[in-house]
This record gives sequence, structure tokens and C-alpha cells, in this order.
Amino acid sequence: MDQLLIFFYTYKEAIFIIALSIFLGIEVISNVPAVLHTPLMSGANAISGVIIIGGIILVGHADASTINTELILGILAVIFGTLNVVGGFVVTDRMLEMFKKKKK
Amino acid sequence: MDKVLGTYNGMEFTVGGTLLELSYLVAALLFVLGLKLLSHPETARRGNFYAGGGMVLAMLTTLLLHKNANGSGIQPANVWIILAAIGVGSTVGWIIARKIKMTAMPQLVSFYNATGGAASALVALLEFPNADMSNWGSVLVTLLGLIIGSVAFSGSMIAYGKLDGKVKDIRGGYMSYVNLILLAGTFALAFFILLSGQTPAQLNWAIYLLLFVSLLYGVLFVMPIGGADMPVVISLLNSFTGIAAAMAGFIYNNQAMILGGILVGAAGSILTLLMCKAMNRSLLNVIIGAFGGANAATAGAEGTMKEMTLSDASVLLAYSRSVVIIPGYGLAVAQAQHVCHELDELLASKGVNVRYAIHPVAGRMPGHMNVLLAEADVPYDQLVEMSDINPDMPSTDVSIVIGANDVVNPAAINDASSPIAGMPIIKAHESKNIIVMKRGRGKGYAGIENSLFFDDKTRLLFGDAKSTLQKLVNEIKDL
Repeated sequence: MDQLLIFFYTYKEAIFIIALSIFLGIEVISNVPAVLHTPLMSGANAISGVIIIGGIILVGHADASTINTELILGILAVIFGTLNVVGGFVVTDRMLEMFKKKKK
Repeated sequence: MDKVLGTYNGMEFTVGGTLLELSYLVAALLFVLGLKLLSHPETARRGNFYAGGGMVLAMLTTLLLHKNANGSGIQPANVWIILAAIGVGSTVGWIIARKIKMTAMPQLVSFYNATGGAASALVALLEFPNADMSNWGSVLVTLLGLIIGSVAFSGSMIAYGKLDGKVKDIRGGYMSYVNLILLAGTFALAFFILLSGQTPAQLNWAIYLLLFVSLLYGVLFVMPIGGADMPVVISLLNSFTGIAAAMAGFIYNNQAMILGGILVGAAGSILTLLMCKAMNRSLLNVIIGAFGGANAATAGAEGTMKEMTLSDASVLLAYSRSVVIIPGYGLAVAQAQHVCHELDELLASKGVNVRYAIHPVAGRMPGHMNVLLAEADVPYDQLVEMSDINPDMPSTDVSIVIGANDVVNPAAINDASSPIAGMPIIKAHESKNIIVMKRGRGKGYAGIENSLFFDDKTRLLFGDAKSTLQKLVNEIKDL
């Protein structure tokens, strides 16, 4: 029980953010028209690439004097994260561009 | 940048550190704003741009300003390694996203989702050795990041394989038991790591075992799910990736990561539930169920399927006043979207009012039909959602069902014992005439006979949708 309380107190700011962003996420997405389901999903997917920050921090402080597992896996994490971010945003833009040119 | 401004919670903070946090705040706001704008057609493109801008900002400032607990910044030599990795990822990501065919969109979205999951799992795996085992909560978030990220990765890769036709469904009653046992095993192992009281180094074997079990669970969890359930599973995996990123945000106490991740997690969950609602099924039923086993009820649908000739079809269509086209996954498989648009333009030039009726779970991802038809230049105001088109169905002269099955099955309304009972459908059976384009006489994904196909008002055109449509267009031109 103490552990649970300690966890809450240590991470109280983060837990507040989580609680509020759940509502924010639901609020922002509700009533989205079906025509945007795919681009929305794909755009959101790109945002989850924010994990790239973790990858940058990891590799940034890794020991790069020798080739080691941590470094290699960290570099992989950065590459995967970038793929998610860049691929996700570009593909979403491509879809939306397609929707746009039909407007006229 | 290194100037100390003061102390907070006993830690000194510098100008650089403050600017970094400030940039995370701006990035987080851009994510929220971007997602908000993405949910309206007029502003969607700008929204995507904003969210991308937020991401670039957060990446740059992290690279320039991040300091670890010892106060040392990112190693200058490592900056080049990171930039090279980002360069590789960007180039590959950009090229694939630009070059791939629009019809391969569901696969691509799954693939990018998999990469995000993999990155989260790797970050959690590499941070585990630094975990403070006495801080129960911080170990928990690391383990959750590893589990959820791995499941999102392997699950999305299987989904990718299925959508690309490389992986076949494996279905059987035993699968749900295997999965339950595996899931229980995963959590048992996680609890063992949490409570064992050993150091991370001693637990090295356990963390790799956890990675393996989670990856395996992701594979087996998506394996039995297919067909019309794909939109549910794809948006579910999407929300997993977000949650995994948020867990990693906990590790670094990074608010931008937490907010971005949870935002995606919540949005993905909503979309998942929306898809479930469109099928009148619970999420649990989709994951475990797979339409109540292999031998679904076939009652109620008997009689003969009546074929029609192309010339009859062309006359019927050309002299109609209103036509509704109901596309399904078959249209995407046959890549018939362009010739389909040709048909609707041709009919429109003859004064026929042509509209498309879009079922929320038609296709293999949320909004699949919209993207497919947009690629063929069909104006999006011609695409009508199910609830808006259904009242018009009785006054529709002809509805054309192209490669769709379960979403027009009247059994959902008439037959309470049907596995799809209660699922909202497009009421094609209420229109005056129905033309069904089908590859063969088989049943749909759900394995349920469709009484619409035996209806007296229904005529069938068998064959590949693309060539059938092409011939139909030629016939109408010759009239």
C-alpha cells in the first residue's frame, strides 16, 4: 500500500497529465467524420513516434567509444522512431492532399 | 545556456534545461492542436503539419539541450550518430511513404505503427538496467512499456502481413486458450520481476524472456483476427503504441512524451470502440470471439442466385434515376476504384444521380473506402455515411454491391439468431433493384449466407470486379 502511495506522490504531475489527456484525447476525437478516420489514425500514429525523444536521450548518453549492444539497440530505436514519425506524417499528408484536390 | 537559474526540489536548473521544458510544452500544445485540426476536413492538412512541427521542435531541443542526472549533455560524438540514424530513418520513411501505391495504405499504416512499438520496446529494454528496483512504480512503467510496445510491434507486423496477403488467418477454438495462458504468463513474469527483490543485472534473463513472451503474444493475438475485424484491431494496436510511448515518458519524466502518447492512446481507443459499435460487438468479442466459431448458422438464406447479362445491367443502370454504389473490400482487392469512378461519371452524364454508401467497417481499416475512392478522384461529398443514406434506400432504383457482403446482409435485422444480428447495415435490400458483383458463390468473411443474394430483386454479375466494371462501362457507352 505504501508503495502505491509513494508511486502516486512521486509521479503526481505525470498522473495528472495522464488523467487530463485521456479526456482531452476523447474530446478532440469525438464526432470526427468517417472520411477522416484513416488520416486521423495515421496522424495519431505519427504522434506516437514521440518515443524518438527517448531514443535520442538513450543514444546521446550511451558509451560510443566501443561498439556495444546498448549502442546498437539504441540506434535501432532512433531509426524505428524516425520511421514512425517521418513516414507517418508524410503518408498522412499524402492522403489529405488527395482529399483536398477533389474539393473544387 | 549552462547558467544556473536556481534550485527546484533540491536540484539546480539552468537556462538550457528551462528552455528544453518550455519547448516540450510548445510541442505538447502543437500535438493537441494538430489532432484537433485533423478531425475537420478543411483544416486536417494544417493539423498534420502542426503536429509534425511539434515533433521536429522536441527532437531538436532534446538533441541540443538535454542533460542527464549527472548534468552532462548529449555527447558531441553521439550527436553525429543520432543525426545519421535520423537521416536513415527519414530517408527510408519518406521514400516508402511517397512511393507506395495508395491501395497498400492499410499495410503501410500498420507497418509504421509497428516501428513505433519497436522503438518503445527497445527504449524500455535498454532503460531496465538503470531502473531503481526499490522504486516499484518506475519498474512497473518500464515493464509495461516493454510489454505493450512489443505486442504493438509484433501484432502490427502480423496485421501488415495479413493485409499484404502474406500471412493467412489461423483460427481455432484452442487459440483463445493459448492466448489466455500466454497473457497470464506475461503478467506473472512481470510480477516476478517486480517483486523478486533482485538487481536488474540478476534479472537480465527474465527481461529478455518477457520481451520474447510479449512478442509471441502479439503474434498469436492478431493471428486469428481477420476480415471485417481488421479495422478494430488496427486502431487498437495504434492506441497500444501511444500508451507504450507514454510509459517511456514516465521513465524520463518527460511530459511531452506522456501527453503525446496518452493522447494517441485515448484517440485510438475511441476509434476502436467506434468500429466495434459499427459491428454491434464488444471489443472482447472481437479479440476472443471470431464470430462464434467456424460453423455459424446458415438458416434463412435459400433459393437460387439469379445471374444477369451485362447488357441487361447496362440498360437498367442507364435508365435509372438514382443509383447507390456500396463498395467493400472486394473493390480494394480488385483495385477497381478507378473504373468504378468511370462508371459513376458515365452514369452521371446520363442524368443518373449516383452516390456511394460507406459502411464504417467496410474494408480493412477505419475509413478504408474513403481513402480508396479519394485516390480515384471521387469527390468526397458523393460518399454518404450509412445512417444518412439508409432513409433514401427505398426510393433508390438500383443499388450496386461491389465486393461487399456482411455489411449488406439483411440477416443482421431479420434473424435474431444470426451471428451478426444487430449489426447496423446498409439497407440495400430495400432498394428497387440490386446488382451484386461477386467473385464467386462463396460466403463472406463471417461465413454467413446472405439472403440478399437470393432476393427476387437481386441479380448477380460474377467475376473480377475490375473487368466486370470495365465491360459494364463499355456496354453503357455503346447504348
